[in-house]
Amino acid sequence: MKNNISPSFSRRSFIKTSALAGGGMLIGFNLFQSCKSEVTPPVDISQLNFNDFNAFIKIADNGMVTIFSPNPEIGQGVKTSMPMLIAEELDVSWENVHVEQGALDTKNFTRQVAGGSQSIRHGWEPLRQTGATARQMLINAAATQWGVNASECKTENGVISNANGDKLGYGEVVKVAATLEVPENVTLKDPKNFNVIGKDIPNVDIDKITTGKPLYGLDYKEEGMVYASVLRPPSFGQKLVDFDDTNTKVVSGVKDVVKFGDKVAVLASSTWAAMKGKKALDANWTSDSKLESTEEHDKILKDLLEGSEFNTLRADGDVKKAFAEADQVIERTYESPFLPHNCMEPMNFFADVTPEKVRLVGPIQTPAKTAKIVADLLERDVEDVSVEMTRMGGGFGRRLYRDFVLEAAEISKISQKPIKLIYSREDDMLAGTYRPAIKYKISASVKDSKITGYHLKEASVNSNMYGLIPNFFPAGAVENYQVDVANYESKITTGAWRAPYTNFLSFAEQSFFDELAEVLEVDRIQLRLDLLQKVKGTTDERIQYSPERLENVIKVAVDKSGWNTKKEGVYQGFSAYYCHNTHVAEVADVVLDNDIPVVKKVTCVVDCGIVVNPLGAKNQIEGGVIDGVGHAMYGDFTFKDGTPQDKNFNTYRLIRINETPVVETHFIENDIAPTGLGEPTLPPAGAAVANAIKAAKGIRLYKQPFIKYMNTKAPLG
Amino acid sequence: MPVYNLKVNGQSHTVEADQDTPLLWVLRDHLDMVGTKFGCGIGQCGACTIHVDGSATRSCLLQVSMIEDMEITTIEGLSDDASHPVQQAWKEVDVPQCGYCQAGQMMSAAAFLTQNSNPNKSEIRDAMSGNICRCASYNRIEKAVEVAASKLS
Repeated sequence: MKNNISPSFSRRSFIKTSALAGGGMLIGFNLFQSCKSEVTPPVDISQLNFNDFNAFIKIADNGMVTIFSPNPEIGQGVKTSMPMLIAEELDVSWENVHVEQGALDTKNFTRQVAGGSQSIRHGWEPLRQTGATARQMLINAAATQWGVNASECKTENGVISNANGDKLGYGEVVKVAATLEVPENVTLKDPKNFNVIGKDIPNVDIDKITTGKPLYGLDYKEEGMVYASVLRPPSFGQKLVDFDDTNTKVVSGVKDVVKFGDKVAVLASSTWAAMKGKKALDANWTSDSKLESTEEHDKILKDLLEGSEFNTLRADGDVKKAFAEADQVIERTYESPFLPHNCMEPMNFFADVTPEKVRLVGPIQTPAKTAKIVADLLERDVEDVSVEMTRMGGGFGRRLYRDFVLEAAEISKISQKPIKLIYSREDDMLAGTYRPAIKYKISASVKDSKITGYHLKEASVNSNMYGLIPNFFPAGAVENYQVDVANYESKITTGAWRAPYTNFLSFAEQSFFDELAEVLEVDRIQLRLDLLQKVKGTTDERIQYSPERLENVIKVAVDKSGWNTKKEGVYQGFSAYYCHNTHVAEVADVVLDNDIPVVKKVTCVVDCGIVVNPLGAKNQIEGGVIDGVGHAMYGDFTFKDGTPQDKNFNTYRLIRINETPVVETHFIENDIAPTGLGEPTLPPAGAAVANAIKAAKGIRLYKQPFIKYMNTKAPLG
Repeated sequence: MPVYNLKVNGQSHTVEADQDTPLLWVLRDHLDMVGTKFGCGIGQCGACTIHVDGSATRSCLLQVSMIEDMEITTIEGLSDDASHPVQQAWKEVDVPQCGYCQAGQMMSAAAFLTQNSNPNKSEIRDAMSGNICRCASYNRIEKAVEVAASKLS
């Protein structure tokens, strides 16, 4: 069981301090503990370099604290919540904290990434340690000045005091503090003394967002920059034969047309001219193999599920034997479509490739890897490449991938200009790294009214569930348990999409357990609780979830949702899931409006340990639930002849405010180290809704999007 | 290239642009006012919402040649000091997640509240249904419109 254990780290050498030339103190630290021990922070803040440390705190002479937050901000709120952890242990008032996005030159770090809901979990110890270390150095400086023992000193809101009633502000001792030895052992606060953690702290960029200040990649511009729009093969599997740019070159504002690989870039003085110039290109395409379609994928994935070519990810006991000896075998198949990410800010990036350096600026979840692959592409040293992260208009996994940065770098190199690559919505939807289409077949064997075997088979496009997922619930709860995966290699690019794999697997499994309870004629909550009972006290180190914490969220959800007090005309569906280190239970309330199911409310109970910023946390939870409901209900993305059949929001349906349930959030209060919230509330939502629709209409849903399989012509929502 | 005289946020601007250039790109590329966002280019997502003579309008569908002499208001001009009730409400409720769509959401809300200063939840949902928030901050958008309405009354 790994939930209660904080990620370990070496205290030695991960914090270094310098007195700043311009006054104040700069503390460099490595959030993910891979900095070189001999490196010290710069004395001039303009020389601040993320090669050496991946985060910095500056304490100014006036006591103001600037925190350069290391991780990319995609809307998950870490630019607010990670600095909160530092401010807590530094013991400063949040009003005196200013946050800036840390830039990146990559070399030494291990995880300057937005992904996997891991930033808070990994940052919990080192960020607090850093704040506490700086606080101790400030105390030591004050104690020396007063000639008292440091242990007799206290801090409060950036002011140090001693038993004699003397007081010194951080700003008054910061110069001396910066010259002191970094203490090795500092004491962290007892959670009951937290002043910042657990408080509602608004988004640090709120003023810029509400007044329309430049923040995002799309907003970034430089003198002399030109805009680039790229024509790509219209279908996956096609190649460029030739193109005619006669009509493009007469578009006013078009400056250049650049071919690279199978793509053609139009460079222009404005975004509109670049887009117009691209539309005017006349290109011929070819393919040397059959182009793929959803119909064909359906058949391939079905055949894979029925076949015998599987990779076994986990096998407990003897599933085959359990099924052979069963009184009853229940088997169901669940099917999901591809999904595009559809970040509201379409893909874009600035690149300026010169003989001296390569400058990249824009929205990216994986800056470190970006620098490396761009260096590889351009055959440059990675030291030549700098990456600055802008705030991102959504990520959802799409900006883990670097295809658009490579394009920008290549166009800048060929054209020898600083360029800003901008995708149209159509480009964004047609050149995605989609959530792959997946089918799950789940079978359970029942003997003497008990579940004796559980067999999960996955057939997926391009890649399969990652290795930890087979250790999620119900692993450990069923004696004979097996997870098998099979794969089809497609030319369609696929990748991580918010809560990869579990975003659909949770729907499949939590629908299956619901149906299993119906078949066995047992209470659907009790069935889950009975299974969890069997995992308690397990010595299986592979099991990722805590049966006690999952049991708890289930029980609280039953209580808070009014599960046992039926309301006339309200149909409820239950779902509980563990992923991304967080335990969640959800109850969907569905009503029928002219016989059409409408999701009115979702009660969501979350155990993410200590809630760092409840205001931001609730936003993530509400967003995750509604995103889960929306995509389960409407998300559909099909291919014909290698081309997506939707390319903009006129046909591709995203959930809107008038279709949105009210999300009621409840946290489990405890003192366990916190885990992330960007993803874990999304996966359970689909099953909660499907189980509620079953209760309302008697229709059991096995495929997404539900709207397609509801047996009704009217829209849901 | 033709020259157009535009009135944006109370100030006159002269821009040189093709007649079919959407106002969205004139604002962003020509006038350096990047608060108005690009989301879909076909008037479906609402990220580019601005006010034309006080009405919420999709700037991605509005050609620059069509708007001379009209009063254009963008998020930058909703107030001089972030004091518009909608801006205050958005801050109080802490609406944004990624925040990218919120300028469009706020412009839709501000125009709506001039038509209906005391809306119920259902009216708010109808009025705001033209704006997509991919992060699904919809519960808070609804709440913020209510808060803004209470500030206006």
